[in-house]
Amino acid sequence: MNTESKATTDNDSVHQPPIGESQGERPPVRVLIAKPGLDGHDRGAKVLVRALRDAGFEVVYTGLFQTPEMIAAAALQEDVQVIGLSILSGAHMTLFPRIIEELRLCGLADVLVVAGGTIPKADIAAIKALGVGEVFGPGTQLTTIVEYITRNAPAPSPPW
Amino acid sequence: MVNASQLVERLRDDKRALPRLMTLVENEDPFALQMLDALFPLTGRAHVVGITGSPGTGKSSLIASLVDRIRISGRPVAVLAIDPSSPVSGGAVLGDRIRMLARFADSGVYVRSMASRGRQGGLAWATAELVHLLDAAGFPLILVETVGTGQDGTDIAVLADSVVVVQSPGLGDGVQAIKAGILEIGDVVVVNKSDQPGADQMVRLLRNSFGLGQSSSNRAVPVLASNALSGEGVDSVLAAIDAHCDWLDQNGDRAVRRERGARAEVLSGLRTSLERRLAQRPESSPALTNAIARVTRREMTPRRAVEMLTAPLTGSNVS
Ligand SMILES: Nc1nc2c(ncn2[C@@H]2O[C@H](COP(=O)(O)OP(=O)(O)OP(=O)(O)O)[C@@H](O)[C@H]2O)c(=O)[nH]1
Ligand SMILES: [Mg+2]
Repeated sequence: MNTESKATTDNDSVHQPPIGESQGERPPVRVLIAKPGLDGHDRGAKVLVRALRDAGFEVVYTGLFQTPEMIAAAALQEDVQVIGLSILSGAHMTLFPRIIEELRLCGLADVLVVAGGTIPKADIAAIKALGVGEVFGPGTQLTTIVEYITRNAPAPSPPW
Repeated sequence: MVNASQLVERLRDDKRALPRLMTLVENEDPFALQMLDALFPLTGRAHVVGITGSPGTGKSSLIASLVDRIRISGRPVAVLAIDPSSPVSGGAVLGDRIRMLARFADSGVYVRSMASRGRQGGLAWATAELVHLLDAAGFPLILVETVGTGQDGTDIAVLADSVVVVQSPGLGDGVQAIKAGILEIGDVVVVNKSDQPGADQMVRLLRNSFGLGQSSSNRAVPVLASNALSGEGVDSVLAAIDAHCDWLDQNGDRAVRRERGARAEVLSGLRTSLERRLAQRPESSPALTNAIARVTRREMTPRRAVEMLTAPLTGSNVS
């Protein structure tokens, strides 16, 4: 289901059969989109939220000004398989290490983390080295992000 | 079979276990459903409160404000908030949590969002099962926010012990609210956004209408005003919820509601299961294939064919 990133219209007459799994499909993947840091722009994040919804993801959106602790708490409680972080403030080199560390403390090291925003090419390698799966620079096509997440989202495994 | 109390201990020790179990139950994972089998005898202890009402009336904001007050007494509380899935993509934007971020560091508060996944009526297919998990995990109070719904979102009435219907001014003059039918399931009615024009008038109108007709249980339904952003009036809303909880216990109504809930859950599960099975592989049921053939040959009306197919379930004798 998540590979269908085709353009969609709001056609309410299309009937969605109950729960994909019985159709032999993967159940929807849960994703958290959060904006850490102090910049007050979330248009880009909201566009991504919609694109992910239209690709069949269940997207928890927690909005602006999220601290690393808030992001980890939301990821834990919502049991998301993927976290998308959008940073425009330029504070990525201080924020990402703190977020990754907080996720580790909460036992969330297996969650796929992806990043986007205004991150210069020179910093990408360092951010990936922290354990961020992919960094999407300015101008990245939405379909590229959606495809990456579709392909790399881990399936939720039993807790024991 | 797994030992239920060991399971509860695991849920307590491993912070990821309950959220993950919820995901897997939602996905109908066989392992998780077995865990639910083991936990189910422990359920039935929580007080389940449904929060429903039209889109944007302030349900999530009111829950956030209620949670602040609930936590003053130290009671742990879980919130299950449902948003609609897109009928086109199957995806969803789960946006209720954004109103409830303040208590992220409070280990006595658990907030979980879920998508309706194609179910109509205000809940998701797995909402009742996730409530059971939270109940077994030991939350004494569970708040369930339905999809923002005008009229047909009444499924919450059989899942919840207490239903709070949230209205707000600016969505018509209150007569709409009365016509919509959703008020009939309310044990507590809240006019939120009391800071907005028209709120007093709406409260008066609703109080009058509840003074005339009464809810199914012959209990006076309180109509209260609140401002979910400032917190004004929210203490009274919580007091009314607690009063309804006590009233259920004193009048024996809780047992009646629980029986109704069990019945509704089994019946809706039965319906869903039949629909899915038939939609997937109609040819796998010889009885169904046979019935369709007989209707096609005009040997039997569709109604009699259905009666024949359901006879084993209803115990009736149809040949
Ligand atoms: N003025 C005022 N605004 C409020 C009040 N309560 C909520 N709001 C605002 O109303 C809007 C909707 O609030 P939510 O709490 O998201 O409403 P909801 O009923 O949960 O919405 P859905 O889940 O989408 O149906 C937000 O912008 C809130 O800030 C209130 O008491 N007064
Ligand atoms: Mg809401």
